[in-house]
Amino acid sequence: MSTSGTTTTAPTGSPSGSSTANMLKKSLGGSLRQYGIIGALIVIVLLFQVLTDGKLLLPNNVASLVQQNAYVMILAIGMVIVIVAGHIDLSVGSVVAFIGGVVALLMKDMGLPWFLAVLAGIALGALVGAWQGYWVAYVGIPAFIVTLAGMLIFRGLAVIIVGVTVAGFPEGFVKISNGSLPNALGFVANRDVVTLVLGAVTIAALVLSQIRTRRTLLKHGLRTEPLGAMVAKLVIFSALIGGLTWILSGSRGGSPIVLLIVGALIIAYSFVMGRTVFGRHVYAIGGNLHAAILSGVNTRKVNFMIFVNMGVLAGIAAIVTTSRAGAAVAAAGMNYELDAIAACFIGGTAVTGGIGRISGAIIGALIMGVLNMGLSIMAVDPAWQQAIKGLVLLLAVAFDLVNKRRVGGR
Amino acid sequence: MSSQNTILEMRSITKTFPGVKALQDVTLEVSRGEVHAICGENGAGKSTLMNVLSGVYPHGSYEGDVLFEGEPCEFRNIRDSEHRGIVIIHQELALSPYLSIAENIFLGNEQQTRGVIDWNATNSEAAKLLARVGLDESPDTKIVDIGVGKQQLVEIAKALSKRVKLLILDEPTAALNDEDSAHLLDLIRSLKGHGITSIIISHKLNEIAAIADRTTVIRDGQTIETLDMRGATPVSEEQIIRAMVGRSLDHRFPERTPNIGAEVFRVEDWTVHHPIDTTRVVVDHANLHVRRGEIIGLAGLMGAGRTELAMSIFGRTYGAHISGRLIKDGKEIQTHSVGQAIRHGIAYATEDRKKYGLNLLSDIKRNITASALGKVARWGVMDASGESRIAGKFRTDMNIKAPSVDVITGTLSGGNQQKVVLSKWVFTDPDVLILDEPTRGIDVGAKYEIYTIINALADSGKAVIFISSELPELLGICDRIYALSTGRITGELTRAEANQESLMHLMTMEKEAVR
Repeated sequence: MSTSGTTTTAPTGSPSGSSTANMLKKSLGGSLRQYGIIGALIVIVLLFQVLTDGKLLLPNNVASLVQQNAYVMILAIGMVIVIVAGHIDLSVGSVVAFIGGVVALLMKDMGLPWFLAVLAGIALGALVGAWQGYWVAYVGIPAFIVTLAGMLIFRGLAVIIVGVTVAGFPEGFVKISNGSLPNALGFVANRDVVTLVLGAVTIAALVLSQIRTRRTLLKHGLRTEPLGAMVAKLVIFSALIGGLTWILSGSRGGSPIVLLIVGALIIAYSFVMGRTVFGRHVYAIGGNLHAAILSGVNTRKVNFMIFVNMGVLAGIAAIVTTSRAGAAVAAAGMNYELDAIAACFIGGTAVTGGIGRISGAIIGALIMGVLNMGLSIMAVDPAWQQAIKGLVLLLAVAFDLVNKRRVGGR
Repeated sequence: MSSQNTILEMRSITKTFPGVKALQDVTLEVSRGEVHAICGENGAGKSTLMNVLSGVYPHGSYEGDVLFEGEPCEFRNIRDSEHRGIVIIHQELALSPYLSIAENIFLGNEQQTRGVIDWNATNSEAAKLLARVGLDESPDTKIVDIGVGKQQLVEIAKALSKRVKLLILDEPTAALNDEDSAHLLDLIRSLKGHGITSIIISHKLNEIAAIADRTTVIRDGQTIETLDMRGATPVSEEQIIRAMVGRSLDHRFPERTPNIGAEVFRVEDWTVHHPIDTTRVVVDHANLHVRRGEIIGLAGLMGAGRTELAMSIFGRTYGAHISGRLIKDGKEIQTHSVGQAIRHGIAYATEDRKKYGLNLLSDIKRNITASALGKVARWGVMDASGESRIAGKFRTDMNIKAPSVDVITGTLSGGNQQKVVLSKWVFTDPDVLILDEPTRGIDVGAKYEIYTIINALADSGKAVIFISSELPELLGICDRIYALSTGRITGELTRAEANQESLMHLMTMEKEAVR
């Protein structure tokens, strides 16, 4: 399995390698950084693969890497939207603890079926988001202050309702973050067929959508990236997805359920930010608030919805976290906001807003996750882990700045 | 020229950026005690040249020699050049808004003893400097509390505190009204009397004619010629323009035969109060109307209420206690939000395109569609290729100079940015297009293009309201001009009736005379 990492880099080294790389560079232009960060992720993975004697990419470890870090990715999706619009949300960690507690009590004390409790948790997230969004969007208090208050408020409420711990949930609920998709299609050579099929479908969808986009562009006589660059891009991404699929199919359970949830959220929100009017308004507000107002964007409504959305995602993260732990803990979600914010910045989101992508934040979250996992396998002291993660955050943003200065160097 | 009379000599300056030769073999020679103007289109290399001179681009990053007072200079940064008495004042003023005038003057050069500020010295020295620049403000007034014109004077006082010998002013009057501009030009003259040499970069040719002793024209990174403005035959504006654009601009304004239709928009009894000081009336019972295919102008000095009038109409984005009626196509309309105004077919392109008009982080196509996303979306989902196609058409029609519509607007020149702003508002398909200073900070060639676009819009049946501080521009473009003074419309002149004098008379009319 340890070779899967190296094979992915092979295509760029093919005979036409240098010219393809050049083409890639030229056509990607501004999004080059996006690819730089993928490179960084690959380097970190390979580094830990070596440092852990190949343990990092063992199937069961990869599966639990996904399960362990699902919350960061879910929160980072919401956070990147918040930051692009020029805000920040410091409360998500406390909100996770609060909603986790409520969901737990709904199941334990009120005897609600677990799926209803899940829905209630998401709805409560929306409500919490609406509360914060109201103060930010309609009263005009800076999000930093509103969510700092929220951080205290919801942590306090979590402690009040949970006490210390609430445990003992229905099996269905616990499975959300610990279970895998049933391997309904059996095994081939000891590998889960469902996972393989899912991987194949994902790759096929990726290739088809790229070809379709290209065809539309060509039909209307619009600029497209060079064919070679597109092929190279597709090969790299297919290899990455294929590698992940291959590894996961050999894990104990196959595809973790939570991977499906995260995957669906990534696709949905990439679409929202890239292709919808709402996403466009978020970028417009973050890029130039005055211009957005004078362009007729209802900035209050958009800001409000951004926080409602963050609340919903915090609700989902709460469910995933509570399910993973098998218990609601008053101290749950500690520092989650910082993980999510760090993931966004590692992923190239601009501190001043206006720039940032879902995919970047996800890769940022994965970098943090791989660091967590790799350092844990190596049995590095948690205190050191924290220090190392802080350093990585700093270096990632510094690298970004230096890069920008060199490119825009006038 | 003997070196005694020459304070500055820049010889064969060549500065290359990756892929671009910004300056090529540029030569500049400035005499002691003169006012030397530098002219050129945007992107001609004026700012680059000044950045070489002031050490923003350190010695070694360019080729050629800089000689100041006969000695070669190898500035590594701005401090080095300031040390020698060369001070540059940029277009965007570099003052700290919440510090006092005195603190700003001595920022980085504090009156101190061992790290402790001597406030008496700071304030008394500042007061002396303020007297020299003719600014009647207390040294402990905060910068936010004074206007741009006075801020400009603070910058000059700051330069004087550094014992400036050569003062470089980059577009010093771009943001000033006529009164403040006149005061500034007087000040430059009086500094000249005290032996301070000035280099002034300006687009305003009448200003250059008024103040400069000599003018050097730069085009495409090269020195074209240095004109003696005080010679026997006066240099005409046409002559400078010709040198700047490399071709003769016989007509600074494109020809147009107006085809005026029925009235489309009318403002009645429009009164607007100041948003903070609500007792102050900013627009006072204004009445105006505009017809299809007509271009009307709003003339007024700074503070006359032109922008305030426009913004209060456009979704009440300015003002409080707004009263009056807006009538569109014979029916009264409400424009309580920008969205409502856009839906009623009103568009407003702001005077500050960078601050209020564009998302400079985003590309051309996304800026063009920003005000009418509904037209390129279905059920809230964007039609990406449709958007690119529409933007591509605007790029061709408006002649936006960029390789594609995916170029970030922050990297475009002022003229091209303005074309993006115009495209954005034309895309909303308005009936009434309000353009606030659409040619501010744009070079002569691009101005002509903007005028052509505006004419074409009027010819396509749109009503255009044109706000400008440059009277020749209003006279050259508008069919009818309203003059404003202190919030009141003091008169209305047709193209035939209007001239600079008659307009200026109306624009300076006192309140009492109007009543």
